[in-house]
Amino acid sequence: MSGRRRLSFLLDRDEWLGPFMIGPAVLYIVLVLGVPFLLALYYSVSDITVGSRTLGFVGLKNFASVVETTKFQTSLKNTFVFAIVSQILVMVLGTVLALALARDFRGKWFVRLLILLPWVAPISLGTIGWLWILDSTYSVINWTLEALGLIGPDGWYMWLGVPYLAMGSVILIQVWRILPLATVILLAGLTSIPHDIHDAAQVDGAGFFRHLFQITMPLIHPIMLVAGLFGLVFAFTDMIVIFVLTRGGPYDTTQVLASLAFFTGIQGGDLAEGAAIAVFLFPLLVAVAIAFLRVARRTEVM
Amino acid sequence: MAIVEARGVSKRFGDVRAVDGVDLSTKEGEFLVLLGPSGCGKTTLLRIIAGLERPTAGEILIGGQAVNDLPPRARKIAMVFQSYALYPHMSVFKNIAFPLKAQGLARDEIPKKVEWAAALFGIERLLERKPRQLSGGERQRVALARAVVREPAVFLLDEPLSNLDAKLRASARDELQQFQRRIATTTIYVTHDQIEAMGLGDRIAVMQGGRVRQIGTPTDVYNEPADTFVAGFLGSPPMNLVEEPDALVGFRPEHFLPRAAYTDAASLTALPFRITRIEYLGADRLLYGVLEGRFEGARVIARLATTVEAAVQAGRTQEFGVRARDFKFFDKTSGLRTAARPL
Repeated sequence: MSGRRRLSFLLDRDEWLGPFMIGPAVLYIVLVLGVPFLLALYYSVSDITVGSRTLGFVGLKNFASVVETTKFQTSLKNTFVFAIVSQILVMVLGTVLALALARDFRGKWFVRLLILLPWVAPISLGTIGWLWILDSTYSVINWTLEALGLIGPDGWYMWLGVPYLAMGSVILIQVWRILPLATVILLAGLTSIPHDIHDAAQVDGAGFFRHLFQITMPLIHPIMLVAGLFGLVFAFTDMIVIFVLTRGGPYDTTQVLASLAFFTGIQGGDLAEGAAIAVFLFPLLVAVAIAFLRVARRTEVM
Repeated sequence: MAIVEARGVSKRFGDVRAVDGVDLSTKEGEFLVLLGPSGCGKTTLLRIIAGLERPTAGEILIGGQAVNDLPPRARKIAMVFQSYALYPHMSVFKNIAFPLKAQGLARDEIPKKVEWAAALFGIERLLERKPRQLSGGERQRVALARAVVREPAVFLLDEPLSNLDAKLRASARDELQQFQRRIATTTIYVTHDQIEAMGLGDRIAVMQGGRVRQIGTPTDVYNEPADTFVAGFLGSPPMNLVEEPDALVGFRPEHFLPRAAYTDAASLTALPFRITRIEYLGADRLLYGVLEGRFEGARVIARLATTVEAAVQAGRTQEFGVRARDFKFFDKTSGLRTAARPL
């Protein structure tokens, strides 16, 4: 009785109830995100390896030795190409798709569902599907091209086996993967524009492109930045697509920092260097995030 | 300047007939008000004229030209929306300049025209501001300036005063009318507010259920309502309607006065009135009550100007009267007006 009274007393007081409600979330973030992150930070300045029991502090030695390697430099360059090219494609295609889906047409919900599917399906499963589609022996794309007479039996493309083609393929799959999220975010932005504004623009005589570039796009500008930020951070930090499709190959031409960190740290056993590679981009990503959010706020305040 | 004409215009949304066979024609430079309760189809009709909706049937003509297949921008119209629909990311200057740019006006002409339009509404000092930094009244002026700047042939206004507070609304009404008289552009104005309609319109088209019930000058529609809907919609309180065996008989509350208030009782029809409640409204008193005698039990309202010196008291039955010419007669089934006859 007194216990229950004490509990309800606690729940009536905001200074207790607040921490009580938010506690689990804080705990979750600290344990699942905070601890591994701090651990990674510490590993990157230590000499830890898989199987070693000592943990000595070595300063920035790991960074210095990693940055020197051509493997790292290629991966760094690839990371930027992969992230930026895929994001440009995602933003352009996402805007086009969102504009199309914002209109009323028959079977709209079905098309929306189809576009969302890559996002709700497990990424690794979808990517394995692509692995088959792009396979050098069984590729349905090559098969179709040959059936259409566009390539001969000797002209089959090695989608994942030739340097530039492989990069193009992984970028396209990354676009396929991020596009639904960007589209949904942009669609939300589009539907938040009051309909009167579009009517007014029509009456005021704006044609399609004037309407798009001077009314619609500026109004969803802040939301485009949010979608862009999400996609960019995903592309910079995630390696599922590359890991499943190419494992960084051929000859490291699709190796990005995230996959390199995995191969070095986990499969190569050099935890310290792996961690150094993994946290290398962290300051840059923080800077990107801050820049995006500042621009977003400025456009909002106008 | 142009005449707008609607010929048999209908619009269906699924099973709902939003607009149901409307024939309507403005006069040159006229201020025409579409008046009706919400859902009567007045805004849909305006949007059809603007080209923002396609009619299911019928034709719209602007300046004698059928415009059904023309997009809004080719119709030489300008529209002011209820929400004003200012472009939130543009300054007032850019908002007003937008239709000019879309029109392809020479770059150096634009500032001149924007300043001209801004001066019309006294908003020259607001040109650098963003819409969200403006008050409701200022936004409304910007919306009007944006509409007027390219000198359209027809103005379409969709409840442009409904977002203003009551005091501002009165002065905005006045400004709007003066402005319309000055530029003498055909104007179609949608509202559900009968005071706005009576005060602004050269003519009023009263709409209900997607149809135009009556079109006429404010005096016409008020004094000579074409049917019971118009009689009941205009005037506050609306016309009293009492039942005869073969007709509905209507009289306005302000024509229903104590016998003592009339100097000449010759043409008066006497109606004993049991007053149940009196509302004092300053300039007027509203007397709620029930008729006795001939129209036993009919609930009616009398509107008595405070300047009329007559002793009235709640709870008493008093002798009231209506002059013969103030009675209007309506058909019982169709609700349509019928010829006057002795009561």
